[in-house]
Order: sequence, then structure tokens, then C-alpha cells
Amino acid sequence: MPLIREKAFTTMNKMQKALAELSEMDELAARRSPVHTLHPAAKLLTTIVYILVTLSFDKYDLSGIVPMVLWPILMFTVSGVNVRTCFYKLRIVLPLVMAVGLFNPFFDREIMVTIGGAGVSGGVISMITLMLKGVFCLMASFLLMATTKIDSLCAALRKLHVPAMMVSLLQLTYRYVGVMTEELAVMTDAYHLRAPGQKGIHISAWGSFLGQLLLRSMDRAQELFSSMMLRGYHEHFHYADIDRFRARDALFMAGCILFFLLLRYGNIARLIGGLVVR
Amino acid sequence: MIEFQNVNFAYEKGKEVLHDMSFRIEKGESVGLIGANGAGKSTIMKLLLGLLYGEGKVLIDGVEVKKETLGEIRAKLGFVLQNSDNQMFMPTVYEDMIFGPLNYGLPREEVDRRVDEVLARLNLEYLKHRYNHKISGGEKRMGAIATILAMEPSAILMDEPTSALDPYNRRIVINTIRELEQTKLIASHDLDMILDTCDRVILISGGRIAADGPAREILSNKELLEANRMELPLRMQ
Repeated sequence: MPLIREKAFTTMNKMQKALAELSEMDELAARRSPVHTLHPAAKLLTTIVYILVTLSFDKYDLSGIVPMVLWPILMFTVSGVNVRTCFYKLRIVLPLVMAVGLFNPFFDREIMVTIGGAGVSGGVISMITLMLKGVFCLMASFLLMATTKIDSLCAALRKLHVPAMMVSLLQLTYRYVGVMTEELAVMTDAYHLRAPGQKGIHISAWGSFLGQLLLRSMDRAQELFSSMMLRGYHEHFHYADIDRFRARDALFMAGCILFFLLLRYGNIARLIGGLVVR
Repeated sequence: MIEFQNVNFAYEKGKEVLHDMSFRIEKGESVGLIGANGAGKSTIMKLLLGLLYGEGKVLIDGVEVKKETLGEIRAKLGFVLQNSDNQMFMPTVYEDMIFGPLNYGLPREEVDRRVDEVLARLNLEYLKHRYNHKISGGEKRMGAIATILAMEPSAILMDEPTSALDPYNRRIVINTIRELEQTKLIASHDLDMILDTCDRVILISGGRIAADGPAREILSNKELLEANRMELPLRMQ
């Protein structure tokens, strides 16, 4: 059953939906699959290498970058995470990423390829390449978050000797987003109950609304922090217990990186194309 | 043992919230802290927990509450917050329950043993792997109590433990509190609950102790309660 049950959200306001979606990421990450059980450091490093390899393609190398989609597809299949869930959750960021390179066709008009007599400019190719780069990187990041709990990810970062202060900040920020969204949901409800028929928050209320949101979320964050302190928290989280880095984790990493390098330097699309086109 | 020795506290200079307050709670006692809004109940709790510091001495098991002793003090005290959402900040009940004991360096096996024991004692085994955002208010309150019990504190402080609970969940929380053997200090406006769970009551008014004595005696004193902006518990009316 798909995780997003849109009908169930019809009675929630936008902020409550956002909160529910945020919580769903935790649920996704808690599932069991061969990808979920991999060592978080292996997944983290593999994702970083994937992103670096994806970004390293030349802006005109469209045929080279297309096969990079194979890795996310494989990961979605093995992890059991729904691709629709990924695109649904990334719906706000995706248009921004897609907008990158939108003006390229206007500046770079040199015809580079002719398809069926129609010329395709370098601008169009670079625009599509940039869009694909963005989409692939977002998919890879989403996959990492959907298959790894934030606490495990932080534990992996610590194992990789990332400073504790930075890791704690990441973990607290992740929790703080939830707190702030909860407060925003309550305030938005309170506003709309006294402003029936109004869409969004009127511009005249923005200042006080944001000020109140900041103060309220700071109060709650303070209370949360006190609750942590009272249970022995002392500047450093006790990060999740993660398994040892096993041979299968190393194999996964090595296999994936080899695969990326093959895609990067082998140009699979051209090889396959060469088989069917003279 | 919890002790306040001539404690004064002010959030702002010249506006004292607590005046020369002294009381002592013996080991195993169950004490209700009552008073109107702004009387100073929360301030007393915060001073005990080392979230605030005032003049005078606050002692827990003979150890003075100060920055250097906070680790030791907080390992002895468990605090159940009024808003369970602020207490249950981890994704699942289990993760919340292990947060404290792990921070105190207990080995994982011991922590898991404690978690299972506490959940079994409170009949909450079914909550163990539930997500905090998906459980009811009553379950969350019980979960918050469980997170504290997993730390095996010698004293438990509670701030309005029955607020915003329906009668059924309120009764469950009351019964749970009654069964706890630890020293308890419960701040609340729910005087019927205080009557059910506490042997002794400290009535605070304007930052001073207006009365300190057996719960039944103080909570049946209509004049005293009304003079301090409170009412008789429903059961006494």
C-alpha cells in the first residue's frame, strides 16, 4: 500500500501535512530491506560518490548521464521504497532544480545534434543534462534518508570522524524542524479559525506571525532541550548503535562505485546505441 | 530526601517569586504541590532540577544542587513534564526510553532490560515500537512516565500529570502514580488527583508556604483553599 494516503490528509492543514510527511520519513527509514540493513556509512559514502560522479558529467554529455538513473532505479526496487513517494515528497524542490539551466537555450543556440531533420541546440542539451543531474542527486539523497534513520546516519558521521558538534547540530536541527512545523500548524489553524475564507496569511499579519512563531518555537525548543538535559544529555548525543562494517557493506560500496565509474567512463548509452545503430 | 533551605528566587530584580522558602520531603513520601497560577510551583520544580538557581540551599539526598553536581542530581531525579510532546522527542517510545539511560553510560543489555521491565510493569508492552506522533495523549503521558522510570530515579517530580487527559486515561495515570515507590513531588491543580496520590500537601501562595500538612486535612479546609484562589476537591464538595 502506498505510504502517502492523500485522502487521510484532507482534514489537516498544510503544516500538519508537512509534519506527517516528515514523520513518514522516519517510518520509511525504519522499514526492513537489504538496503535498509546496510551499514549507514556505506550508504552515505556511496551516495556522496554517486552525487560527485553525476555532477562530474560535461554539460553536453546527455547520453552519458542518462544511464546514471539505473542506480536509483535499482535502489528503489531493492529497498521497496515507492518512486511515487520520492517524487511526491520532492515536489517542492524539484521545480527549483528543474529551473536550473532554463535559460541555457536562449544563450547557447549552436546546433549540436539533428534529430529527424530538426536541430537541437547546445542550450537545450545542457538544460536537460543539468535537470537530470539535479533530479538524480535529489533521488539519491532521498534514497539515503528513506533507508537510513537520522540517528544511524549521525552515528555513521561520527564514525567517519565528523566533529561531534556538527553532527549534534544536524540531529537537533532535524528535530527542531518538527517542533517549528508543529507550532506553525497550531498558529495557522488559530489564524484561519478567525479569518474564515481567507487564503493564506494576510501580508499585514506576516510580521507578528513570524515573530510569534519564532518565540513560540524557541520556548518549545528550550523545553525540549531541558527535557534532554534532565535525562543526562551533555552536549553529545548518544548516537544509535550501528552494526560493524561488514564484508557485504564493503562489497556494496565497491560494487556501486565500480558501477558508477563504468557509467562515467564507459558511456553505456553509446555502447548500447552502437549495437543497434550503425 | 528533598530539602529547600531558606530559598529566595526572583526572575527580575526586586520581584521575588519565592521568599525564604524551606521544606523537607522524606524518602518515599508522596507530596502534592498546589497553589494558584503564578504561585511559584514551576519555579520550585526548576530549582530542584537545577534549571534555575536561587539564594539559599536546595538539597537532594544531601547533595546541594549546583552546576558541579548536576549530573549526580539529575540521575536521582525524574521529571515528567506537563506537555508530553516536549518530553517524547525521539521517533519511537523505545528510543525515548533508552535516551536517558544511555546518556548515563549504562550498557545496552541493562538498558533493554530496564525498558522491558518498566513497560511490563505499566502494561505498555504494545507501545514499545510505536511512533510517538501516532499515539494518543494518554498513551503519550504514560510513555513519558515510562521514559522516566527507565532511568530508575530515586525521586520523581511531576508537573500537572493529569492535565488534558480524559477520565479513563486520568484514572490510569493516577493508579500508576499510586503504585510508584519513589519519592514523589506532584505539582497540580487537579486536587482530586492530589487527594488520590499524595499523603501530604504543600500549599504555595505568593511565593510562600501557606500550609504544609496531611493532604486530607488541607484539601478539606474550604476557607484556606478559597483564601488562596483554590476550591475544595469535587469529592469534598
